[in-house]
Amino acid sequence: MTMDIVQMALILVFTLGLAWPLGYYIARVFRGEQTWMDPLGRPMERLLYRMAAIDPEQEMDWKHYAFALLAFNIFGIIALFILQRIQGILPFNPQHFGAVPGALAFNTAISFVTNTNWQAYSGESTLSYLTSALGLTVQNFVSAATGIAVVIALIRGITRKTCRSIGNFWVDLTRSIIWILLPLSLVLAVVLTSQGVIQNFHHYVTVQTLAGKVQTLPMGPVASQEAIKEIGTNGGGFFNANSSHPFENPSPFTNLLEIVALLLIPVALTFTFGHMVGDRRQGQVILGAMLLLFLVGLGVAYWSEAAGNPQIAALGISGPTSMEGKEVRFGIAGSVLFASATSATSCGAVNTMHDSLTPLGGFIPMFQIMLGEVIFGGVGAGLYSILIFVILAVFIVGLMVGRTPEYLGKKIESAEIKMAVLGIVIPSALILVGSAIAAVTRAGLASITNPGPHGLSQILYAFSSAAGNNGSAFAGLNANTLFYNLLLALAMFFGRFGVILPVLAIAGSMASKKIIPGGPGTFQTRGVLFVGVLLGTILIIGALTFFPALALGPIIEHLLMNAGKTF
Amino acid sequence: MFIMWKIIYRAFLLFISLTILTGVCYPLAVTGLARLCFPSQSNGSFIRHQGKVIGSALVGQDFQTVKYFHGRPSAANYDVLASGGSNLSATNRQLIKTVTERINIVRKENGLPADCSIPGDLVTASASGLDPNISPESALLQIPRIAKARKLPNATIRQLIQKHTEYPFLRLFGVSRVNVLQLNLALDSLKIGG
Repeated sequence: MTMDIVQMALILVFTLGLAWPLGYYIARVFRGEQTWMDPLGRPMERLLYRMAAIDPEQEMDWKHYAFALLAFNIFGIIALFILQRIQGILPFNPQHFGAVPGALAFNTAISFVTNTNWQAYSGESTLSYLTSALGLTVQNFVSAATGIAVVIALIRGITRKTCRSIGNFWVDLTRSIIWILLPLSLVLAVVLTSQGVIQNFHHYVTVQTLAGKVQTLPMGPVASQEAIKEIGTNGGGFFNANSSHPFENPSPFTNLLEIVALLLIPVALTFTFGHMVGDRRQGQVILGAMLLLFLVGLGVAYWSEAAGNPQIAALGISGPTSMEGKEVRFGIAGSVLFASATSATSCGAVNTMHDSLTPLGGFIPMFQIMLGEVIFGGVGAGLYSILIFVILAVFIVGLMVGRTPEYLGKKIESAEIKMAVLGIVIPSALILVGSAIAAVTRAGLASITNPGPHGLSQILYAFSSAAGNNGSAFAGLNANTLFYNLLLALAMFFGRFGVILPVLAIAGSMASKKIIPGGPGTFQTRGVLFVGVLLGTILIIGALTFFPALALGPIIEHLLMNAGKTF
Repeated sequence: MFIMWKIIYRAFLLFISLTILTGVCYPLAVTGLARLCFPSQSNGSFIRHQGKVIGSALVGQDFQTVKYFHGRPSAANYDVLASGGSNLSATNRQLIKTVTERINIVRKENGLPADCSIPGDLVTASASGLDPNISPESALLQIPRIAKARKLPNATIRQLIQKHTEYPFLRLFGVSRVNVLQLNLALDSLKIGG
């Protein structure tokens, strides 16, 4: 128990210690200041611009920025779809996998482009090495870079005055990859291989086991995908079992690295925000609110998993009673911290089967996703999503005191509020409407594998994960059906771009405003009081929207489990 | 209109360029470095036994016979191409039923009394279906059965378990555990040696 808390605390402290300097570094990268990566990065950057006929000096207004972003991402969807469909006739396919079925390929293409990385596919028996490297790994990079680009554009919108442009999408995308994602992934990938994460292009290996049975071990370029999967909060596994697979996450040490890696950039970006707006407290306030929510969620989830399953305990079990769906090497702490971190950050990699978590242990990941991935959140996506809530919180305070709300010297007016509300309503509606459709149709219900309230939880989790671009699952749900492949693909697409477009519109509108110096009547957004207001806004909106659904799923399941009921 | 086409054209070119960088150069660089620095690990941490590759040190194998330590139940039956867990929920009757059956089997196989409690990891399915480890308690519980089958003293096997117990990383992260495949290999080499 004490050891569990100590190791979870140490991992978080370690993350904060790394994120702090990284946040400063990211700010330097986007201000165009000198960094140690320049001697390598600048020539690579110039080469890429030359290949793509890009003028890095040309700034874009928000509409051009958004159009460039959409065009780039739609090429990604098309390319990944085609690659999966024709992998059968392409090289680096030692197991001779044929074309991925149409609906599954469509789902997977959208899934990876939107940084969701929902796994309707089963990597080791569906995808060739070429598809993994040239398709999935590429999208892991560019989707994460897209998230960073959007949040940097939003920060520019907040800090610039009476200006139309919010930056150059091509430059933000390219610099995110060359200066941030690529070096971090390269280092992490090599360290992971030292611990036994595989990285090769060999045929699968069939062996006769010690007990004389036949076992086929899949191979592949795993480490390179694994590293960016965590660094970019993507989460799509090379293998079906994702980060619980011994070839993806072989030891407690790799588990620690993967948790730190998936939290790193989202946490760092809050520091970046403070640096770029010229007031570090503004970033710390946001980080403080995130950390508080995270620690409460982690505490509840850990308590629930450590308390375990009373009905299993009654059978005569010593030690943890919630080991179903967990790996011995990670233990309860390493499993719960991973589950909490992966659902808070919109990573979606799993080292534990969330479907088998105790009801409240599974409730926390689901609720964190439903809140809009604002607790750290996806790379870039977390910060721009919580900034939407910040704008809303400032607006609510403004209404209470009867002054025009301001944030960092910018007036918050109806255009920003409309967009902020859209950014919150779109994902929420996708979750609730999608789940409702699934819960009343035969196609939706047929995929449920756990009876009772947990069946509803499986559906709710799937749509939360898709609309929130998380990608983890209550994986018992049979998601590889026409119904779920198409519906979840739509939820992922609109859950991603239905937030990005309003955010860019806010960036554009704020950039065009004057900066008014703060007066004595200005509400301060840099203190503990504001942390409280922000948390209140997030929790009230989240609770009002989702509490009825959650009450029918994990909450009632928890009560029934303790009452000794099974289904 | 013209500017739209120009953006689409650049999006296409940049997509291709970044694909080459992150989809070709990056995986190849990692592969090269991995092969250079950690050839055995990056190829699957294979274990050889009497000259033949018998599996990976990291991936669990299925052991059913009396004379070997048994690993955790696997929803994939240790088929590495079907990795994954049972995904049974905590309130699923099937889970309670399956665990009850497994507990009974473990008690029967090891000649344990009906009120003897069993370590949870030995009767629940792992996340990957390929868990290579069991808890030291789960290994200790199997000593009498294996000692009898192999005609070895209990103490010898206990020592072997102690020798093969892996501790948490830096004594802090993760939990103590035993690698079932390596423990069983050590058992077999005992027989040859003694």
